[in-house]
Amino acid sequence: MRKETKYVSYLDYEGQYKGIFGWIFSTDHKRLGLLYLYAIALFFFVGAILGLTMRVELATPGETIMKAQAYNGVFTVHGVIMIFMVVIPGLSAVFGNFFLPLMIGAKDVAFPKLNRLTWWILIAGSILAIASQFLREGPPDTGWTFYAPYSTKTGTSVIIATTAAFVLGFASILTGLNFIVTIHRLRAPGMKFFNMPLFPWALYAASWIQLLATPVVGITLVMLIFERLFGIGFFNPDLGGDPILFQHLFWIYSHPAVYIMILPAMGVITEVIPTFCQRRIYGYKAIAISSLAIAAVGFFVWGHHMYTSGMSEQARWFFSLLTFIVAVPSAIKVFNWIATMYRGSINLQAPFLYALFFIFLFIIGGTTGLILGAVAPNVQVHDTSFVVAHFHYIIFGGMGFAFFSGLHYWFPKMYGRMYNLKAANWGAIILFIGFNLLYFPQFIIGYQGMPRRYYDYLPQFQWAQTISLIGGIILFIGFFVMVGNLVRGAKKGAIAPANPWNGTTLEWTVPSPPPVENFDEDPIIKSDPYDYK
Amino acid sequence: MSEHTHHITPYKTLGIILVVLFFFTFLTIEITSIHLGALTVTVALLIAGVKGFLVLSYFMHLKHESLLLKILVAMVFVLFALIVLITFIDYAFR
Repeated sequence: MRKETKYVSYLDYEGQYKGIFGWIFSTDHKRLGLLYLYAIALFFFVGAILGLTMRVELATPGETIMKAQAYNGVFTVHGVIMIFMVVIPGLSAVFGNFFLPLMIGAKDVAFPKLNRLTWWILIAGSILAIASQFLREGPPDTGWTFYAPYSTKTGTSVIIATTAAFVLGFASILTGLNFIVTIHRLRAPGMKFFNMPLFPWALYAASWIQLLATPVVGITLVMLIFERLFGIGFFNPDLGGDPILFQHLFWIYSHPAVYIMILPAMGVITEVIPTFCQRRIYGYKAIAISSLAIAAVGFFVWGHHMYTSGMSEQARWFFSLLTFIVAVPSAIKVFNWIATMYRGSINLQAPFLYALFFIFLFIIGGTTGLILGAVAPNVQVHDTSFVVAHFHYIIFGGMGFAFFSGLHYWFPKMYGRMYNLKAANWGAIILFIGFNLLYFPQFIIGYQGMPRRYYDYLPQFQWAQTISLIGGIILFIGFFVMVGNLVRGAKKGAIAPANPWNGTTLEWTVPSPPPVENFDEDPIIKSDPYDYK
Repeated sequence: MSEHTHHITPYKTLGIILVVLFFFTFLTIEITSIHLGALTVTVALLIAGVKGFLVLSYFMHLKHESLLLKILVAMVFVLFALIVLITFIDYAFR
């Protein structure tokens, strides 16, 4: 119990239910944010262990610790867990839930009970996904993309895994809906769209994608289940279907899904940089509009995943063109972040360090994405570990490092305590080194022809697989340093002031940890959110 | 908080819309007896579109919402149309 505070914080509040029930039946957006954090951290740990297991298997050519079929199952479940249970809900569900109402001056999200329901749905879907690994038929072996026609024929637990993704989709749709309504209806008096902080802007853009794109993959997965159960023929040419239709439908969702992950990540970085440079964000409107532009154009680039599928030539150049266009708003953000740092009073603490690493890794991920967006080089490196490396630089180097940045940035607000700043910096540096050692060699051997999802390989690629394994182990050490420091901070850290980083957005105006209903009175907004005068 | 006014649609209006919707449902069934060839799907979609517009406007109160919300809803349909159109860049030229 925090005796030094005169208010009741959301951590200490005792409502109708006590103990763990006071959490899982809570409708408080802050408690739900923490529930998401703990659940996602657990899923991430499971997914990361599976990832490390794959790296150990790839340490030597041929069988190392598992058979080929087991390897297929491990990379599929690694993908399903990491995509559907970690990175898609990750930033929106944790920091969006916790900080969206605080940043726009609201007491909660628009539909608190719906918010609670989404967490339950996430848990239900996650149980199904993890169960698919242990069922009698064996873990699904299709990869997280569930491509037809193989997924319609394999005897493994595809139906359970796709049902899990279908259920998890509802959590995503309802969260998106909740955030859109919250932003439209619950902004504080005086807060127009263009003096709303940029993290809510990013959430707003991502929420539209969640709301509009997720149903497409839901229906697609139902079609796949029906195909397996009843042999309808959606994806079977013998019955008038088309296997490429599955790829179209899958990527109509799953490419925008990348922006569900990365837009809130960009939003976090946009909050961290001005605070740790003590400088007004450069190009506020450009960043806000670029979030919407990424969301909008991002809907129309899905075909760049399908250049080698047999798609028409016209469609290939069309998708390639749009892919290059979507890089423009992303670059606008990067230039504005760097311009904000110029002549700023830089405070090199862990959140900012992670933000710098984010920019570095995101640029590598983004520029290699342009290589993949161009048709000719894509055909060369399609389905190689080059794609694996690009994908992880965007998703893990981007979304993951932004998540760590946000976690260190808002940790004092969430728990009311500080972590060890020096240990946090060391954690960031170790993670950065481990990450690059793990994934950069995959670019090189991918370019040389190392296929993805192969459990065996030619001996000439072993040097890179060994470096990647070492990188994976260093990455794990970094996790333990970071998590150990944060857990210790949450329990025994120094009491955090309301505004430890001298931030200017509304969440820093309330005590740490925040009171149950956030604000005693509705805040009146009279200035822009990044006023560092 | 953002300003938001509530508008109550009279039962009479809702009743009229309900009857119109029933009429279009009847029309959807009856029109299948006419051989329209390639236009069959187009006509069915047009009728469904009109019904959807009525439901959105009256039953979901979009008629009384702000211009911004109307634009947002319209954009969803534009998005859907564009996605279908772009998909057919593949199918039409394959």
